[in-house]
Amino acid sequence: MNDTLLWYTTRGAGAVSLVLLTAVVVLGILSALRVKGAGWPRFLTTGLHRNLALMTLVFLGLHIVTAVVDPFTHLGWLTAVVPFSSYYRTFWLGLGTISFELLLAIVMTSLARGFIGHAAWRMVHWLTYASWPVAVIHGIGTGTDTLSAWLLVLTVACVAAVVAAIGFRVTAGSRDPLEEPRTTFQAAVQRREPR
Amino acid sequence: MTRLLAGRDLALGAEGLAEHLQRLGPLPAAGPSLTEALVRSGLAGSGGAAYPTGLKWRSVAAESNGTAVVIVNGAEGEPRSLKDRLLMTTRPHLILDGAFLAAKAVRAKQVVLYIGEEHRASQDSMARALAERTGEERRLVRTVSAPARYVAGASSAAVHLVDEGIATPTTAPPSAHERGVAGAPTLVQNVETLAQVALVARNGSPTGTLLVTVAGGVFRPGVLEIQAQTTVAEAVELAGGASEPPHGVLLGGYFGTWVKAANAWELPLDHDALRARGLTLGCGVIGVLPGSRCVVCEVAGIMRYLASESSAQCGPCFFGLRALADACTRIAERGTDPADLQRLQRWSAEVSGRGACHHPDGAVMFLQSALATFPDDFAGHRPHLRRAA
Amino acid sequence: MRLAVDRIKCDGHGQCAELLPELIRLDDWGYPIVASGEVPNHLVPLAQRAVNGCPVLALALRRVETQRRATG
Repeated sequence: MNDTLLWYTTRGAGAVSLVLLTAVVVLGILSALRVKGAGWPRFLTTGLHRNLALMTLVFLGLHIVTAVVDPFTHLGWLTAVVPFSSYYRTFWLGLGTISFELLLAIVMTSLARGFIGHAAWRMVHWLTYASWPVAVIHGIGTGTDTLSAWLLVLTVACVAAVVAAIGFRVTAGSRDPLEEPRTTFQAAVQRREPR
Repeated sequence: MTRLLAGRDLALGAEGLAEHLQRLGPLPAAGPSLTEALVRSGLAGSGGAAYPTGLKWRSVAAESNGTAVVIVNGAEGEPRSLKDRLLMTTRPHLILDGAFLAAKAVRAKQVVLYIGEEHRASQDSMARALAERTGEERRLVRTVSAPARYVAGASSAAVHLVDEGIATPTTAPPSAHERGVAGAPTLVQNVETLAQVALVARNGSPTGTLLVTVAGGVFRPGVLEIQAQTTVAEAVELAGGASEPPHGVLLGGYFGTWVKAANAWELPLDHDALRARGLTLGCGVIGVLPGSRCVVCEVAGIMRYLASESSAQCGPCFFGLRALADACTRIAERGTDPADLQRLQRWSAEVSGRGACHHPDGAVMFLQSALATFPDDFAGHRPHLRRAA
Repeated sequence: MRLAVDRIKCDGHGQCAELLPELIRLDDWGYPIVASGEVPNHLVPLAQRAVNGCPVLALALRRVETQRRATG
């Protein structure tokens, strides 16, 4: 009974983490697109993006702890930090570990943004586009023998949302009105590559 | 009392090293005493900002521990200014003397000649002069071409190009004298200022003259070396006189200030005297606007130029100057609309001071000066009828 | 404490004006116009939030110090 509770909590927290992470990615893209509406200021998009990212870590924590503590899976704490070190579903769990660690790096650099500067922060933040799909694949892979309809529908919905958001981002182009004239001017006055 | 342009006839080209040394004697030693002499003399820079040269040298020397850099600014990006090119093509050794004296005084390990990439004659002249110098001096020097854009002549843009290969202005702090090329304290000095330094080192004081470029509606436009306090009228006379009764005079180039003709003649061509009157000498361009040209159309054209020369790094400058130029052009081409005049005031107030460099400030000062000096022209401008070509 | 905008880093996102409308408004092109002078004490925490909220870290809150004059 206890084991089943742990098992369902692991799966439930994992599903919630995926939904939250999807929302975080979509909000991040909307933020870059500078979307704004009546009664929806831009700081709301970025504020939600940050807060949901922190909430994702909470549910991820629950997902990881219940999975490790569950006697059925025989996972040690090491599997949470070293990818592909479990006997149980080695490959798919390993992906989960990777996704988690990428996310951790992204969140920690975001918290330390004032110290590391914008350029370094931005470089690490691009890893989101690795962390999210790896999480999706981890979810599908670890749940293949017990894949239920609702989890399938959920996963498809999350993928659709992110694909649509990326579609918008790619077709929208830069939202910085100075991007083009600045690049043109710099090309005109550049005489060699910066050191 | 010597002059910058004393010596051989200017039409004969550059003065060689032998002639230069024969006329003026050897290059004196440099050191703190030269810096103090500059401070005492009150010599101001000739690049447009008129910052006290001695104080600048003190700041750089204080920060320098042998790694400082001297940038000899011969970019001359101001379209109507010719004085720096004249100096480079006729008295290059005065400039080089000043540069090496500066290098000694601030303990620099490099001297960079920053010359406009389209100023071929100047580049050739400076290169030939450099070849005549000692090996020790030549080893200090590096020549870099300044892109032919207005902002490329600004100090931070010069530092940026020498340091990282792109001539865009940068945010200060830090300013060049604190951290410039490769993080070292950098002295950026106009070529005319360095020429003056070469003479201060030999004579103990500056020449008491300055170079101005008279442009526009005069019979003999070009560079003049004038005594300090010479009036605008005297300078225009030396340039052959006005070709027709002018509207007014633009003093200081495109970042300068306008004066109605009647009020301009008695003005002394001196930085402090003009500043006291709310005007500026800037880079020494005296632009005489002929009566047959339209003030409004002229101002609109210059605003369009200044807007197109924004480096597009800051929104208020790029969009603000464009909006101001568009409004001026509308007034010029379609006639005055009170809404446009209001926009000019509002945007001027909003744009000034909100860029990383002084480009938007200079443009706004130019425009505000035009509006204040020629209010009737702007208030009642009508589009000009086009004549068949 | 004073607010300062790095004009080159600023990309006109406009979040600062949303977070601190008491001291920051946007011009016609979406770039911030910051009220000059000291930030009133009661607004300092909000100003700090606006600084943290800038997507490109262009806004800064600095203690007032004597400025060294920039040379020409």
